Amino acid sequence: MAKLVHGWEVVIGLEIHCQLNTQSKIFSGSSTSFGAEPNTHASLIDLALPGVLPVLNREVVNKAIRFGLGIDAEIGRASVFARKNYFYPDLPKGYQISQMDHPIVGKGHVDITLSDGTVKRIGVTRAHLEEDAGKSLHEDFAGMTGIDLNRAGTPLLEIVSEPDMRSTEEALAYVRAIHGLVRWLGISDGNMAEGSFRCDCNVSVRQVGDEYGTRCELKNINSFRFIERAIEVEVERQIDLIESGGRVIQATRLYDPVKNETRSMRSKEEANDYRYFPDPDLLPVVITEAQIAQIRSELPELPEARKARFASQYSLSAYDAHVLTGSRDLADFFEGTVAASGGDAQAKPAANWVMGDLLGALNKAETDIVDAPVTPQQLGGMIARIADNTISGKIAKQVFAEMLSGSGQSADQIISEKGLKQETDTGAIEAIIRDVLAANPAMVEDIKGGKEKAFNGLVGQVMKASRGKANPAQVNELMKKLLAE
Amino acid sequence: MSELHLLSLSEQIKGLASGQFSSVELTQHYLQRITNLDPQLNSFITVTPELALEQAAAADQRRANGKATALTGIPIAQKDIFCTQGVKTSCGSKMLDNFIAPYNATVIGQSNAAGLVMLGKTNMDEFAMGSSNENSFYGAVKNPWALDRVPGGSSGGAAAAVAADLAPLASGTDTGGSIRQPASFCGLTGLKPTYGRVSRFGMIAYASSLDQGGPMARDAFGCAQLLQVMAGHDAKDSTSVDQPVDDYVSGLNQSLQGLRIGIPKQYFAEGLDAEVKTKIETALKQLEALGATVVEINLTTTEAAIPAYYLIAPAEASSNLSRYDGVRYGYRCDAPKDLTDLYMRSRAEGFGAEVQRRILIGTYALSAGYYDAYYLKAQKVRRLIQQDFLKAFEQCDVIAGPTAPTTAYALGAKQDPVSMYLGDIYTIAVNLAGLPAISAPCGLDSEQLPIGLQLIGNYWREAQLLNIAHQYQQQTDWHRQRAPLARGQEA
Repeated sequence: MAKLVHGWEVVIGLEIHCQLNTQSKIFSGSSTSFGAEPNTHASLIDLALPGVLPVLNREVVNKAIRFGLGIDAEIGRASVFARKNYFYPDLPKGYQISQMDHPIVGKGHVDITLSDGTVKRIGVTRAHLEEDAGKSLHEDFAGMTGIDLNRAGTPLLEIVSEPDMRSTEEALAYVRAIHGLVRWLGISDGNMAEGSFRCDCNVSVRQVGDEYGTRCELKNINSFRFIERAIEVEVERQIDLIESGGRVIQATRLYDPVKNETRSMRSKEEANDYRYFPDPDLLPVVITEAQIAQIRSELPELPEARKARFASQYSLSAYDAHVLTGSRDLADFFEGTVAASGGDAQAKPAANWVMGDLLGALNKAETDIVDAPVTPQQLGGMIARIADNTISGKIAKQVFAEMLSGSGQSADQIISEKGLKQETDTGAIEAIIRDVLAANPAMVEDIKGGKEKAFNGLVGQVMKASRGKANPAQVNELMKKLLAE
Repeated sequence: MSELHLLSLSEQIKGLASGQFSSVELTQHYLQRITNLDPQLNSFITVTPELALEQAAAADQRRANGKATALTGIPIAQKDIFCTQGVKTSCGSKMLDNFIAPYNATVIGQSNAAGLVMLGKTNMDEFAMGSSNENSFYGAVKNPWALDRVPGGSSGGAAAAVAADLAPLASGTDTGGSIRQPASFCGLTGLKPTYGRVSRFGMIAYASSLDQGGPMARDAFGCAQLLQVMAGHDAKDSTSVDQPVDDYVSGLNQSLQGLRIGIPKQYFAEGLDAEVKTKIETALKQLEALGATVVEINLTTTEAAIPAYYLIAPAEASSNLSRYDGVRYGYRCDAPKDLTDLYMRSRAEGFGAEVQRRILIGTYALSAGYYDAYYLKAQKVRRLIQQDFLKAFEQCDVIAGPTAPTTAYALGAKQDPVSMYLGDIYTIAVNLAGLPAISAPCGLDSEQLPIGLQLIGNYWREAQLLNIAHQYQQQTDWHRQRAPLARGQEA
């Protein structure tokens, strides 16, 4: 964002809609599974038939509390559901049940790590529960619109940040942190393609030191890349507008990824009056101290804490600790690997194997750590065999490749079946060296004449003759000894 | 047995139990009366003879199998606000004229489980908005005591049907007096339970925080029997309360000795018809004779109840009725040219004038900039009204007064909505506070129109109210008086 040098500062606040991964909907027993035939997961309640009433799914509340504890927030002891009234065909009741004055999660915060290593704290204003709307299907119905209410009533947690972000990088880091956290906490699958994690970006610009500028809200962005691009084009648009003497009008805008531009959907004047009021069909959600304590006790170690522990316990760099705590599954994998490799002393090689060979292979195969063909027990077992000199690092690559094929065999099984055990019997290695020396008198002369290169060549030949199983350090040592004879 | 309808409910229960007559015979008798008399009254929107006879036969079978409950085989008229599976459930509105409910309201389910026989669905003010039953898409209901009079509302069809002996029992709903006032106008006993006592699931919402279903019958015994069936916790209604259900029927024989009855002076002030006042005072004397003592109390918030109600109820209604948008079910206008046109015409053509008026009032009360001054203020008033009652209950066990300031007025007499709203002065505060209250007949005025005595109880004291009414009815016969139409005379 080159224009920032003109003294412009970007101010970004985000509203993230995160679908909670409960089996059933927030106010009905219908399934929340994605991709079913239209309206097959729509009950009487989802259809808003006359006379039906909502009943709160307690699991939704527990997941929201889990999130609140995850961002160190105050949990609303008596949160209230309110109706947000507006007409739209995919909103069957003519109102959305949401929360207004008394959200379930109050003020909290998350820490984001930027590319230069600095850590910034971003405030979370609140997070509240609400139900999703259905979907309008405009294709396939010439001149008409189809309504699919499968998604209607799916539980959402709307997470509202403070306007604390000052660049797209910060905004992206924040979205990634929240995305990572909800998955870490096990409350959402975070699937952006299926709409389980969507983002509204409030963007404004100002001269450094000025009051906040007029903001525009970019609606429903569902990929990290689009968040980045949408904010950038909107910032550019606002700066261009102001610099050419115009003025930003508060509006809701839509990002068009094809044209890479934002377009106004409606201005503030055209905005709905939602006529929020407490939903008389639902009682306030009273949350007890005991309930919070129970959920707190079930909380996993949080990403920031685990990152810090990785750095200290395993003497990992800040970068390694950051990467390895990218998700709870990855962090669990890493720690499982360390445990199976014989202990903390192997943490650094374990980190290298996980971050390098394993993540590389998974990236290539486009799979996630949970679907890795290798278990932490397998990988740790292999690292243990490197540590105790059963195999060399080079042979380990072969063992690892075998594991990746998904055979499920342990390192020990692979080593013994393939005969990959490192040769450490001095007599056997000596015999090979003597054979090699005898076969290469000219090179022996060269070495004695001081040519180091020739020495390495002979070591190579010994390794080859041992089919890679000789311990290279041992070969070096023995060869020097034999040459000196 | 041509006079089965003249038996009291208790006698009908005994007759069924002893095999004097069958449920099929009883049901046929009432169906025949509906056919003969309802054209004059218009108390039913839908009559379901086939279903009724099927249920009656099943009830007789159940009795033969020894599985009958007290009410098995007794006919009932259900208010058309309760969703009834496979039966049109219109809520008195053109909007739902084509709506066949695909499920049963909890109240209907309970009624079926008890073996009650549904005769049909009763007429009502559209979406329960009204006090005279003149706001129905299906036309006004006539009062069996005088066919040029209103039966009260919104449960006017239910009241007229029982008063004309077209059904021995009826379900009603009460948001601001909709059970008690028609009971009063038609000479019946009707109980509005504590909010949360009867499930609202499947009961089409008007004002969710005020709506409550309840029984209507000739006497307190009938109300006790029917409430026993309707009351109870329902997990499908979050506002239903998990509170043990009293045995209402066996609680009907308690002495009134030592009962303290509070008389709010505000309920006997200006606006109360002199004849009504006299009959209420007589009834209070009779209760004193039964051992009760009377104490004057002060309900200072009485006048605030109507304004508060007409903000809160329309506000909730404006939102509750948003689902009637012409998209999924119900009325849809012809050839909408776009989405806005679909909404505007479907709702303008599908809702009647009073419903539209309340949607407009409610929308206004909730609007940005007005919310605090109207809706929020009304909620604060509501809390004061509740506190007012609780304070009164420190001095007395029940509160007594008239149910309505007048007897049934002439059809078409109240053209100004506000003058009709004012008729709910004694009933509305009870809904705002969520308290139980009963209306029981206590006399006739000089035009031979019934007058109702209202008893307001503390929370969950339905059994006490039923007992007081029952004790009163042991000493009086107002509940046995029959409308001319029920006596076979021209009203």
